[in-house]
Amino acid sequence: MSFPWAKEYEPKNDLTKFLDEKLPLPRFVYNAVGAGYPVPRNLSYFWNFGVLAGFCLMLQIVTGVVLAMHYAANADIAFSSVEHIMRDVNWGWLMRYAHANGASFFFLVIYIHIFRGFFYASYKPPREMIWLLGVTIFLLMMATAFMGYVLPWGQMSFWGAKVITGLFGAIPLVGEPLQVWLLGGYAPDNAALNRFFSLHFLLPFVIAGCVILHIWALHIPGSSNPTGVEIKQESDTLPFHPYYTAKDGFGLGVFLLLFFSFVFFLPNVLGHPDNYIPANPLSTPAHIVPEWYFYPFYAILRAFTFDFILPAKLWGVLAMFASILVWFFLPWLDKGPVRSGHYRPLFRKFFWFGLIPCMAFLFFLGGAPAEEPYVMMSQLATAYYFLHFLVILPIISSIERPEPMPYSITEAVLGSDKKAVLGENAEPVAV
Amino acid sequence: MIRLVGILIGLGFTLVVLVSFGAGAYTAATEPTEKPAYYSFKQHPEAPEGGFQFAGAMGTWDIAQLQRGYQVYKEVCAACHSLNYVAFRNLEQLGYSEAQVKAEAATWTVPGINPDTGEAATRPGLPTDSFPSPYPNAIAAAAANNNAIPPDLSLITKAREDGSNYVYSLLSGYDDPQTFTNEAGEVFAETAPDYVPGVGLHFNPYFSNINLAMAPPLVVDNQVTYSDGTSATVEQMSADVAAFLTWTAEPSMIARKQTGWWVLAFTLFATILAWFAKKQVWSGVKPKRKD
Amino acid sequence: MATTTSNPEASVAADAVGEDGVRRRDFIEIAAVSAAGIGGLIMVYPLVSQMAPSADVLAESTTELDIGSIETGQAIKAVFRKQPVFIRRLTPEEIAAADAVSTDSLRDPQTLAERTQEGHEDVLVVMGVCTHLGCVPLGAAEGEDKGEFGGYFCPCHGSHYDTAARIRKGPAPTNLAVPEYTITDTTLVIG
Repeated sequence: MSFPWAKEYEPKNDLTKFLDEKLPLPRFVYNAVGAGYPVPRNLSYFWNFGVLAGFCLMLQIVTGVVLAMHYAANADIAFSSVEHIMRDVNWGWLMRYAHANGASFFFLVIYIHIFRGFFYASYKPPREMIWLLGVTIFLLMMATAFMGYVLPWGQMSFWGAKVITGLFGAIPLVGEPLQVWLLGGYAPDNAALNRFFSLHFLLPFVIAGCVILHIWALHIPGSSNPTGVEIKQESDTLPFHPYYTAKDGFGLGVFLLLFFSFVFFLPNVLGHPDNYIPANPLSTPAHIVPEWYFYPFYAILRAFTFDFILPAKLWGVLAMFASILVWFFLPWLDKGPVRSGHYRPLFRKFFWFGLIPCMAFLFFLGGAPAEEPYVMMSQLATAYYFLHFLVILPIISSIERPEPMPYSITEAVLGSDKKAVLGENAEPVAV
Repeated sequence: MIRLVGILIGLGFTLVVLVSFGAGAYTAATEPTEKPAYYSFKQHPEAPEGGFQFAGAMGTWDIAQLQRGYQVYKEVCAACHSLNYVAFRNLEQLGYSEAQVKAEAATWTVPGINPDTGEAATRPGLPTDSFPSPYPNAIAAAAANNNAIPPDLSLITKAREDGSNYVYSLLSGYDDPQTFTNEAGEVFAETAPDYVPGVGLHFNPYFSNINLAMAPPLVVDNQVTYSDGTSATVEQMSADVAAFLTWTAEPSMIARKQTGWWVLAFTLFATILAWFAKKQVWSGVKPKRKD
Repeated sequence: MATTTSNPEASVAADAVGEDGVRRRDFIEIAAVSAAGIGGLIMVYPLVSQMAPSADVLAESTTELDIGSIETGQAIKAVFRKQPVFIRRLTPEEIAAADAVSTDSLRDPQTLAERTQEGHEDVLVVMGVCTHLGCVPLGAAEGEDKGEFGGYFCPCHGSHYDTAARIRKGPAPTNLAVPEYTITDTTLVIG
């Protein structure tokens, strides 16, 4: 936004001139996602996932508003109103499957988006605020997805609501009254279902607001890039439009191919059969699991099985919340002078051989039954998770010696940069 | 400062979870937990011979099979199980005309209200009614069935893992606990004597805990007389009703898959265009690869 | 969704300019944007059609009634598509009163015969929905105000309907609507 070579919007006809004078919306769009936004020219396909996440949010809001036209938030008829959508409403099955699988794909996209941020240390200054807003969006998404999963009022909906609100019961002193207050009763029922529906409708718009702030904050320093070297000159950048609109368009096509394959051919694979059984407060499913995108955090929750000073349940709850809250502090935990994992040998090793397998294990273990050896494996994975973010990352970021870096994005892309050769600043620049 | 506090918190959580790990490892080493003896006798659902025609991405309904399955449901299953989410009018999808559906609906008795007194009564079904439960409420259903409420079957094939094959396997898979042997050659009654079904329970290795409250519903060949001449073996009847219940669980399943092919074809076409457009846009600025 | 564009000014690529001056790259970009546009429009279709009546609503769009028990001079109210229907068995006097009116004097000229079915001229089936603004007129139940012309009277804005349920006085523009129906023996099927 502050790049002097950014293209200036020029209204061409009377209408756009009029608009530009009264409400410069076209200028705003031009500067946000048009030719007026200079973007590093070396972005990889990992940088597509921000736009994809925005698409997923819109998809969820549109299909969700449509579903709300037919859904009834009442414990007696919620389940049958969902079946009414599936059987009688025109294209209702498509709306519901797109919404249910849309949630899964939204999380898939967001996880890739977040882990791209981890590897390229996108959270580092000057982009701390973008990162903080991003983690906030992720927390809001988790709340929204959890409440949405309760709405069909199947067995997993009911028992998921009961178990997750039960976590608050672990808090000393206020726990149980808090749980009763959250549910508006002693077990999930109409009161809980109605407030979950209300909040499930509201929160996506709060998310949309945070997304606008997230993008706003992004436009102040501009996008990061795979080298982690900041933009220095015009030759480092390309205008967002048409270069990245074209690239995002292709990425969206690939995403939709995968998404539609699930919606039309495997719509229930990511769900759980028990949620096609109406909620029954008197019978618990043999194996309560959340949706797959909560597995890592569910695994961390269940890893604490021993009352060590505090009750195990409280440890689990603390650890689960801490495991996400720790992301907020990443910009200050990672003090390394270099951003991108490409030039950080130690950081890179711990990322690929530590964090990624650890997360893969947690994803697997969160869905596994609560029995050995899975519990012990999730305990080891949980231990590594906390060690990685809170111990390993701060230490390696202060001791590691970065590898030589290109002088500029131009040099990284073209192999040489005249300015670098001329010796204006030939040393690899740490940011 | 943040990093120091962070390292302490990180080490704290690690310590606590490793204590749990140690305690768990100690328990696992000293008190080995074994799965209940019946576990090694549980069977995974299998597809009927030849498979189901609706299975797979190119699947279609076998209308004749669905009609046979409906007959099995009506003559056997409906004695205990309802189809709450399926209306008689939905039968038009099974190849019946509007008049046939109306006549078929009228052969069923559904709960109604006496128009003169307002008291509970019964009346012949209308196309807009759904397949009724033979019991007025859950308590009556439990009382009549040894405390096991027969579930509504509308969604049964979606409510069980591998549902269509599960229904088929369960219905055709009742066995004798005295002689049933697993892959290891163990006899059930000898290896797991505690799990031999008691009074009112029936041995079925496809059921989650092997003890099923439902008595074998399909017991002899030709229990149902098919009008299309298909030989009504227990396997055939089980497969037919499993197909029917797959249809009741999601009548739009085949329409969904067929729509899917058009959607995927169009999306693929648009994506290929987008790829060439992207290449075209980037052609002037893409450097040659160094390596 | 943002896909591609053919905006030539935003590009620094060297383009092949054909003899007709149209650059080759324009074609593929226009095609890609068009495909995205068509895809977007196709996505709109289910979003719009989901608001149309669902299958269970459409299935309830016929009403069956036994009219054998309605005595001469009596009327019953039934429900058709969640709206009231009045079914009245007319007395000879009511028929005579309706036939006595010259259709030229009517706002919505129709004879009683045109509003009933052959062989069942005494059975008058009309929607109980005032053609003015949709209130339910009075006159079907015993003791209700039948208006100045002995048929139906809408209290909302004072529309008077005669014994053939034709508008005679007040703001309503047309006669009470006659739904499509068939009568076999004593069974009336509306819709």
